[in-house]
Amino acid sequence: MFNKTKFKQILTYISFVGPAFFVFSIIVIIPFVLGMYYSFTDWNGVSGTIKWVGIDNFFQIFTNDLQVKSSFLFTIKFTLASVILTNLLGFLLALSLTQSLKTKNILRTVFFMPNLIAGLLLGFIWQFIFVKGFSSIGEITGFSVFQLPWLGDAKTAFWGIVIVSVWQGAGYIMIIYIASILNIPHEVIEAARIDGASGWNMLRYIMLPLIRPAITICLFLSIAWSFKIFDLNFSLTSGGPFKSTESLAINIYTEAFVNNRYGLGAAKAFLFFIIVATITTFQVFYTKKKEVEA
Amino acid sequence: MEQKYTKQVLLLVIVTIILGLIFLIPFYFIIINSLKSFAEILLNTAAWPKEFQWHNYVEAWKRLKYPRVFLNSLIITVFSNLAIVLFSSMAAYRLVRTPNRVSKIIFFLFISAMVIPFQSIMIPLVQVTSQIGLINSIPGIIIMYLGFGAGFSVFLYHGFIKSIPREIEEAAIVDGCSSFCVFWHIVFPLLKPITVTIIILNSLWIWNDFLLPLLVLQDQNLRTIPLATFFFFGQYTKQWDLALAALILGIIPLLIFFFFLQRHIIKGITAGSIK
Repeated sequence: MFNKTKFKQILTYISFVGPAFFVFSIIVIIPFVLGMYYSFTDWNGVSGTIKWVGIDNFFQIFTNDLQVKSSFLFTIKFTLASVILTNLLGFLLALSLTQSLKTKNILRTVFFMPNLIAGLLLGFIWQFIFVKGFSSIGEITGFSVFQLPWLGDAKTAFWGIVIVSVWQGAGYIMIIYIASILNIPHEVIEAARIDGASGWNMLRYIMLPLIRPAITICLFLSIAWSFKIFDLNFSLTSGGPFKSTESLAINIYTEAFVNNRYGLGAAKAFLFFIIVATITTFQVFYTKKKEVEA
Repeated sequence: MEQKYTKQVLLLVIVTIILGLIFLIPFYFIIINSLKSFAEILLNTAAWPKEFQWHNYVEAWKRLKYPRVFLNSLIITVFSNLAIVLFSSMAAYRLVRTPNRVSKIIFFLFISAMVIPFQSIMIPLVQVTSQIGLINSIPGIIIMYLGFGAGFSVFLYHGFIKSIPREIEEAAIVDGCSSFCVFWHIVFPLLKPITVTIIILNSLWIWNDFLLPLLVLQDQNLRTIPLATFFFFGQYTKQWDLALAALILGIIPLLIFFFFLQRHIIKGITAGSIK
């Protein structure tokens, strides 16, 4: 009798948890583990023989691969620029649009809108803006910034990608900051005002500490987006000119699916995982430590 | 004092409106140019079209096979969402209500997988899924989205279910309701707010996803909107009149979706990220 209820319980458990966990294992866990294995082989994706090569792939990446080094540097620089600018703009927008402005709702929609569009399409849209739109704005306004060959030069192409990613991400980040600012208890602000806090002091000592959780989330999100950038980069510059704007994600994709060096690609992908996991975990712990209760 | 205050607000209004216009300029450019002839685009990009060239849209519609790709995107997004909501909520519910070691391990696996970037699994993923016949098929990619979406969705449901008191369910069990009955009749309706959040976040992701469809949907007839746009651009490079019309066609469905569900979407994003 006891066994029968126990059996029934297990059966219920399996029928509830089973489907999701089974699919999750096949789609995420097994490929992840296999990927670790492949990173120690010379697999080319086609031939049946997969030879164990030890740490050769990693050795190759660290000593011989100039492109991966440049992709890594590009990704780090891009992440820094994009995270700072996206959060700064997102926060300033949130701060402005939580004031009692009549236009605040429509403006929130406007700033959020770019976020709805697929990264791939955004890249194509901005390809047109940089190539055709900018030059015509340049003609009208006479500003020389607009007449640069934006996507044709390594330096401006870098900033081009930053501009588009800030344009895309700021609205999303803004929404989170807005929710957090509106959550600050009204009494706290009033009390601070009575104590004579205003402007900068109010921002620095009252608001910023109280929206710390939102800062954690926004940093986490924007770091993750920027570090894993693929679609937008792929369609805007496809890594060019001369691979100067090739992100790590594109580098991994190219290694595996264009050069057909799956083993090497898997090794890069594994390192990529370690970096992403480390950065995001570290960042969450670090910022969480600084959070204050209201 | 009062005077100064309004001046500041006015300044803020002006600055934010200008910024808003700057945000919108790219849309202005692609919309007006999508209605020009190719020669006119080259001649004067910023000007208003002399005559609306609607046939750009007709051409792009045909060459993109728009009804086909739109339907593909729609089917994939809707059914992936159904699968994710159905299976993640069930799994999360049982994990919360059976607090033993197995549940802990499974939950830990679900949430730790959230830090794995897609690029770190895509190479073996293609191999594994092609061996079990999930590649080049719409049901196949839906199963993959279930696998990728499960971690985050189980995590959100898990947090939400923990706050639901157990007593409600116990009353139903006494009344002779089975576990499935308790879940579907009592628990699932209570999950509505978080279900809306999960559907919105997953829809934005799945509808706009590019890399997974690129890797696993090779058949032309299975292409989604981002995928079709990508190949369209490859084929008609620099033929901006058609390309821009195609881009607009690609953007429109989500904008419509947004304007109808704006409030839910904003709420969903806030709820989903605060967790």
